[in-house]
Order: sequence, then structure tokens, then C-alpha cells
Amino acid sequence: MEHFFVNTAHALVAWLTGLGLAPGWADLILLVVQWIAVIIIVILNITVLIWLERKVSGFIQQRLGPNRLGPFGMFQTIADAIKLLTKEDIVPSQTDRMIFKTAPMVFIIISVMLYVVIPMGDGMEIVDLNVGLFYFISIGSLSTIALLMAGWGSNNKWSLLGGMRSVAQMISYEIPLAFSLLGVVMITGSLRMSDIVAAQSNIWFVVLQPIAFITYFISATAELNRGPFDMPEAEQELTSGAYTEYTGMRWALFFLAEYTNLVAVSALMATVFFGGWQGPWLPSWLWIIIKTYLILNVFFLIKWTFPRIRMDHLMSFSWKFLIPVSLANILLTGAGIEVLMRMGW
Amino acid sequence: MAVNNHDEEILAKNNIIVTTFEKLWNWGRSRSFWPLSYGCNCCPIEMMASGAARFDIARYGYEVFRAASRQADVLVVAGPITAKMKPAVERVWAQMAEPKWVVAMGNCAVSGGPFVDGYSVLPGADTIFHVDVYIPGCPVRPEAPFQGLLELKKKVEKQ
Repeated sequence: MEHFFVNTAHALVAWLTGLGLAPGWADLILLVVQWIAVIIIVILNITVLIWLERKVSGFIQQRLGPNRLGPFGMFQTIADAIKLLTKEDIVPSQTDRMIFKTAPMVFIIISVMLYVVIPMGDGMEIVDLNVGLFYFISIGSLSTIALLMAGWGSNNKWSLLGGMRSVAQMISYEIPLAFSLLGVVMITGSLRMSDIVAAQSNIWFVVLQPIAFITYFISATAELNRGPFDMPEAEQELTSGAYTEYTGMRWALFFLAEYTNLVAVSALMATVFFGGWQGPWLPSWLWIIIKTYLILNVFFLIKWTFPRIRMDHLMSFSWKFLIPVSLANILLTGAGIEVLMRMGW
Repeated sequence: MAVNNHDEEILAKNNIIVTTFEKLWNWGRSRSFWPLSYGCNCCPIEMMASGAARFDIARYGYEVFRAASRQADVLVVAGPITAKMKPAVERVWAQMAEPKWVVAMGNCAVSGGPFVDGYSVLPGADTIFHVDVYIPGCPVRPEAPFQGLLELKKKVEKQ
């Protein structure tokens, strides 16, 4: 079971080259197959996740959550999806049509691109980039463009405010996010994901870098526009923020992309701080799924426990607290590495 | 070849389910009404209660209260419509995407309620909309909107 997916991929390439295809073309076809697999897994996973979030929110508020459709209400998301697919598609007349229509597509494409560098098991990265972590951070911060496009293209004051808030939030929280990952990079000496996983074979980085983990967790929540930091779609103030004018499937694409981002960030957190796919007894791809789901549940827990904080508090929390703390963490890590090296480790 | 009800039952026993697109769509639509948050004072409080722990509207999957009219399916008119509010409600109704339904919740929305003699109150939501389900009560108990939405579900399934 351990190398099931890797062996399947090798068998596919061997079969294709056996048919008389050049190795380059076989690799290209394998890449396409991997992409389709990622997209299918992402979409199927999200139907489960939305159900899970509704259940978790129910349990936190002493409710039952959906329980009428299927076992434990698991088919609720399918009913929602059918309804959203058949809703009327409204494009308001005063919008910037091009930008309005492309914004959801840009968002979902960017969030699926994040999965390229995440190791989903032993040797199961789609591309093992030597700047993997850097790629993840830079692509992850692009999603704000989609929100700004949605806000600007809708030609609606709430949407524009939501888009602008998303930009302000992203600029502020991108810095502690990158800085907190720097501590891990300093210890590993590499931005490659497989190196970061390999460096955790003895001890997880959440033990060596607890401050970095906490700052990363907070700023990742803000980057995902989730939980107590969901300012871009603050319902009490901005109706639905950047998504106000979107109907049916266009709105559902935004929702899908947000969850895709969430899963990607949780998987990255499992990879960087919790030993990635490493673990005893079970196959590696099962371990990363277990860890990702546990982290996702913490995200759900935080979202449904804390109230939304105010915009100016959000900004000052980032600039006055998180950035100094993450800078201090870098200093501490550097000093620690220096001292340990002098001691002859 | 037409498949009648008797054939469908036999096929369903053998784990083959025959359906049409209309039936599938109505199945999905009737099981995921997303209400628009709209109301005045006392009926919305009961509606919040219906979303909370004791009653839990989420069991039926109707708990996704949307603040934006573009994403809502059901306009739950929970309160009297005044002459001043009328254009706003009409605009919200026009903003909602098809398929959409109206539920009149509480006596004020059904007939104007105790305020019907006021110079500024419309005698019921059906003076503006085609109301699908009437839920009487002043204010209605949380069980009543459940039954109202379940009646609407039956109605949508028959569409």
C-alpha cells in the first residue's frame, strides 16, 4: 500500500513508453493525469468538508447540523450543489463584465495551483521545486487579486470595500506569514518541500519552532479570509463583501476556491510543522490526509468559536504584534543555530 | 418509451432509479432553501431561535441565511410592510435569482396584523408578491417556519 500511487504512476509511464511514445510525451501525459486527479480530489473533498463544517458548527453550538438527507445528512451538500448549478446566472448591467466574469475563474485556478508543490506522500509531489515554499507563498498571495477583481468588477460599494479590505489584510499578513516560515527554512537550509519533510524525521518543527507555528497559524487564518478574520465578506457590515453581486455557480466557485485554499494551507502546515507524510504503521499518503484533516478541524473550531475582530484591530495586531514577534523568532532561531554549531552539533 | 409509476417502483426495488432533470432539480432545490435575512422585530427573533440550539433549522439544511439577496432562494417576509419599506422589498425581490419563493411569516405579513388600520401599513405581503406559503402566528413559534418551509418543499417537489 505504501507506494501504491507511485507504482501506478510508474506503471502508466512504462505502459505509455511501451506503446512507442517518447519519454517526454509520457511524462507530459502523466502530468495531465495528475492534474485531473488533483482537481477531482479537491472537488470531492470539498463536498465532504462543507458537510463537516456544518456538522462541527452544529456541535459547537449544541445543535445537530444537517441530518435529514442521507446518513448523518451527508447528501446535503449534493442538494446544495444541484440547486446552485440550476440557479439563474445574473450579471448586473452596470458591472465591468470581463472582470466580473473572470474573477471566480482566476480565484479557483490560483488555489488549485497551490497543490503542485505539496508532497502528498513519499515521493508524491507533482513537481519537487527547489523553491517550493517560496512558490507556495507567492501563489497563495495572488488570490487577493481575484477578490479585488470581484470587488472592482461588481461596481457595488460593499463589494469594493470588501475587495479593498482583502488587499489591506493580505499585505499586512503576508509579512509575518513569510517571516514565520523563515525560521524553518533557516534550520533546514532549503526551500524544497522534500528536504523540509526529510529534516523532520527525528523531531517535528512545531517543537523546535513553536512561536513560528503560532504566528503562521494566525496569519494563515487571516490570509484565508477565514474565522475571526473574515473581513472581506463581513456579513454584518458589507452584506457579503466582494461576493455580494455573484449568483449561483459563480458564487459557488468563490466558495470552492476558499475551501481549496484552506485545504492547501492545512496540508502545507502539516508538511512544514508536523512532519509531513512521515508517521509509523500507516502508509504515507494516509498520514498526510489524517494530519490535514486534524488541522482543518482546528480551523473550523476557531472560526465558530471566536467573534470577528474589528478592521483597525486586525491591522494593528499584525503590524504591532505579529511582525515584531516573527522577527524576534528569526533572531532567536539564528542565535540558537549559531550556539548549537559552536557546541559542535 | 415512457416509464410509468408502477415500472419505476419495480426498477427501484432492483436498485435502478429512473428520474428526469426536473425531478432532480426540484429535489435539490426543495432541500436547500437559503432564506434571505429580512424582518422587523419579533418574528425574526423567533427565526433566530429556530436557527439556534433548541430547534435547529440546520437539520433540514435551511440554515444558510444569506445577507446578500443575490444568493438567497426564499424571501421570508417576517414583519409588516410599510409604504416606505415597499420599494426596498420590491427591489430586494427583483435582485434575487430565479428560482425564488416568498414565504409570509407572521400575521403582519399575512394580512397586516394588528397594524392593518395604520395609514402606512400594507394589508399583507400578497398585495405585492405572489406568496407561496402563509405562516400565521403573532409571533410564530419556531416550529411554524419549519412546517412552512416543509410545505414549500412539498410544493416545489410537485412543480
